[in-house]
Amino acid sequence: MPDNAALQRLSEGLRPIEAVRLSLLGPAARLAFRSREAGIGPAGEAFGVALPREANRFGQSGSRFAFWLGPDEWLLLAPGEDAAPLAAAIEAATLGVPHALVDVSSRSVGIEIAGREAAFALNQGCPLDLSLAAFPIGMCTRTLLGKAEIVLVRLGPELFHLDVWRSFAPYVIGYLDEARREFA
Amino acid sequence: MLIINCPWCGARPEIEFRYGGEAHIARPADPSALSDQEWADFLYNRTNPKGRHAERWRHIHGCGRYFNAVRDTVSDFFVATYKAGEPRPDIAGETK
Repeated sequence: MPDNAALQRLSEGLRPIEAVRLSLLGPAARLAFRSREAGIGPAGEAFGVALPREANRFGQSGSRFAFWLGPDEWLLLAPGEDAAPLAAAIEAATLGVPHALVDVSSRSVGIEIAGREAAFALNQGCPLDLSLAAFPIGMCTRTLLGKAEIVLVRLGPELFHLDVWRSFAPYVIGYLDEARREFA
Repeated sequence: MLIINCPWCGARPEIEFRYGGEAHIARPADPSALSDQEWADFLYNRTNPKGRHAERWRHIHGCGRYFNAVRDTVSDFFVATYKAGEPRPDIAGETK
C-alpha cells in the first residue's frame, strides 16, 4: 500500500504537461455517511454543508464538500482537517437516529486533473460523457477509470478532482499519465 | 457500448452495472410449510424466457443501488428500468 511519501515521489516525478496537469491533493478528512431521511438534515448542519438530495451533485461550503454517492450515501470531504472532531460533531447531531458514519480518511487519495484536455485524458479510461451538458460543474459520481473505481468530481470546465482507493492510486496516476502522453 | 438507464443516475455505461438475477421473486412467508419441490422452485427454478424478462441490476460502480429492468433476452434491448419495490411495468411479453 503506497504511503503519502511514496505517492508524493510518484507525482513529483511526472512530466509537466500543460494540456493535462496531474497533481496529488493533500491529506483530507473523509467520512462516509449513510442514513435515511431523519439523519440527513442534522448531519448536514453538523458538517456545515447541506447534504445534496439531487442525484450526482455535491454541496460546498468553504473548503468542505458533501458528495452525493447514492440516495442514502454521501462522502464528506474536508481537506486538511482532522476527521475525529468532525465525526464527533456529526455523531452528536445524529444521536438516536439509525445511521452509519465511518472515517475513511486514509482509504483514498485525491488527484487533480486540470487543463484543456483534462476530460479527454479521463475519457481514455472512463466511459462517461464528460461534456459540460452531460457532466456539468457541480456534478460528482462514482464511476470507473480503467480497472479502478473512482469518485469523479467536476469543479470547473477544465478542472476535475478524483478520489481513488489508495492501493489503486499508482495505477490511476500511471493510466492518466499514459493517456496524456500525446500532449507532451 | 450498451447504455443502461439507472433510475437514480440516468444513462450510464453497462460496465458500471452488475446483473442480479430474475426480479420479483418474493421469499415465501413461511418456508417450513413448503414442500421440497416448492422450496427448490423458489431457490433455483427461473422462468428463463425468450423475450422480455424482468430482472435485477445493481449500479455497483455508481450509486450502488439495486433496481429492476425489463430487458429483451433476444436483442439485449432494455425496455424499461424502474426502482426496486415498484411493480413491473405493463409491457407486453413478446419479443421486440
